[in-house]
Amino acid sequence: MSTIYELHKKLVNKEISSVELTKEYLKTIQQKEPELNAFITVCEKEALAQAEEADKLIAVEDYTAVTGMPYAAKDLFCTKGIKTTAGSKILESYVPPYNATVINKLSDAVLLGKANMDEFAMGASGEKSFFGPTKNPYDLTRVSGGTSSGPAAAVAAEEALFSLGTDTGGSIRVPASFCGVVGLKVTYGRVSRYGAIAMASSLDTVGAMTKNVKDMAIVLQCIAGHDDFDSTTPKVAVDDYAKEMEKDVKKLRVGVPKEYFTLDGMDKDVKKIVEQAIKRIEGLGVRVEEVSLPYTKYAIPVYYIIVPSEVSSNLARYDGIKYGYRAKDADELLDVYLNSRQQGMGDEAKRRIMIGAYSLSSGYYDAYYKKASQVRTLIRQDFQKVFQQVDCLLAPTSPTTAFKLGEKNNDPLSMYLADICTAPASIAGLPALSVPCGLANNLPVGLQIIGNYFKESDILKLGSAYEQQ
Amino acid sequence: MGIKPRANVNYNPWLYASGLTIIMKLSAEEVKKIANLVRIKLTSQEIEKFQHQLTDILNYVRQLDEVKTDNIEPTSQVTDSTNIARKDTVDYNFSREEMMASALASEEGHLKVKNVF
Repeated sequence: MSTIYELHKKLVNKEISSVELTKEYLKTIQQKEPELNAFITVCEKEALAQAEEADKLIAVEDYTAVTGMPYAAKDLFCTKGIKTTAGSKILESYVPPYNATVINKLSDAVLLGKANMDEFAMGASGEKSFFGPTKNPYDLTRVSGGTSSGPAAAVAAEEALFSLGTDTGGSIRVPASFCGVVGLKVTYGRVSRYGAIAMASSLDTVGAMTKNVKDMAIVLQCIAGHDDFDSTTPKVAVDDYAKEMEKDVKKLRVGVPKEYFTLDGMDKDVKKIVEQAIKRIEGLGVRVEEVSLPYTKYAIPVYYIIVPSEVSSNLARYDGIKYGYRAKDADELLDVYLNSRQQGMGDEAKRRIMIGAYSLSSGYYDAYYKKASQVRTLIRQDFQKVFQQVDCLLAPTSPTTAFKLGEKNNDPLSMYLADICTAPASIAGLPALSVPCGLANNLPVGLQIIGNYFKESDILKLGSAYEQQ
Repeated sequence: MGIKPRANVNYNPWLYASGLTIIMKLSAEEVKKIANLVRIKLTSQEIEKFQHQLTDILNYVRQLDEVKTDNIEPTSQVTDSTNIARKDTVDYNFSREEMMASALASEEGHLKVKNVF
């Protein structure tokens, strides 16, 4: 298993060059892509050019911890001159004129390609991509989890050393759990979203996937912080995560919210493995106590009102006029809109746009959008109360392991419930880490560690201690 | 009073088996109206499919009705940010060619669209 931490040492000791490393990863991509479909675009030429630049920087000892490291970015991060589709037909041909802030922050690293994803980051399985589903590297008949399906599968299959994803209701944590990698959803606003194609603006966050927690601390250190181009990134100081991780884990107080273990559809094997992981954390000398988050079960209904409402607004820009896909059979201007959106977007996008427009419309606003926003307050207050008592919370990342391809794809509501353990932290805007904690029937299970606002250092510290014991 | 789902339509059996009452059902006209508002054309089969799916979703989310929310302030953002302003100056530099590179149709450096009137 290659990690950023190990490879960095090899790069600076000149045991390997970034060009050699990049070629290795490109070769793995070539071998595995026909069955995995983790990438929408592989940018071989650009990657090798970036690797050459990285080798020059290493030669003059002007490097960071990620210089020369090959990574994948979910295909919703704008990349100058490289196609960016958001997994949708309507952006099939879109080539952005600028880079997302996170892509610029990783300009020393090597972008191998743009990773597959559910269309506009809507879905929980990776099956809603216009470019076909991403398969699970552990079992090719199963889903990789979504919406950051490609980023998770690519890291799990050694097609990339790490990857960038986004998490709105579980889109990093669920695929990380299904593919057996580490996934971090940051505090809302911790990482800039400038240049990340928007789905639900009051919840969207940019995060990463890595092989282990130590690597996650390295990546987060590079991408976290205020950005003048994103006014939702507060000027909260960024911790020194590597240093924080060395501090005594026994000082953390940990809570286990009982409601997560009795949620609808909780698999008994998953539950058992997560409970064993919690026991091991107790074994580290950490005080673990049961806590209660009574509004947990309302997270999914709140999510599926607020997210569609924001989607209906954010996706209004795809109109077949400026860029992307334009229907050819349109005679009048109105037909350009109607037909381009009909032909260019998948069913899940259409459902959410319509639900959103409905719940925001006059006469329904109070019963849907306002009600959901009020229950959102109650969910947030639940967390605020328990965080006066504990520093971190432990829960399953997903109620199940990776399900079969096609199993939930035709039933929107059962797909929505795949986010049942991850939606609450998203609604509250809290950081949460998914760490592999064992296998159930040979499929990976994820342990979710939820932290307080801007306390990524706490969840990384606990995750790292768990991983190393 | 709940509306019972019609036997011949493809409602989510588990959703209603769990005791949820159907409190509303979208009509085909309502789906058509919403679709037109959001500028998405639908075929008659799509209208029927979405009628059932959207009804299921709307009924599912209405379980929030059982939560008391009197005097609870709605949350619209979670990091307690207040208005954030910046100087109104141009801090990027795109060329017209770069911006127009992805344009679907253009003429003399302008976007070309169908007649507006």
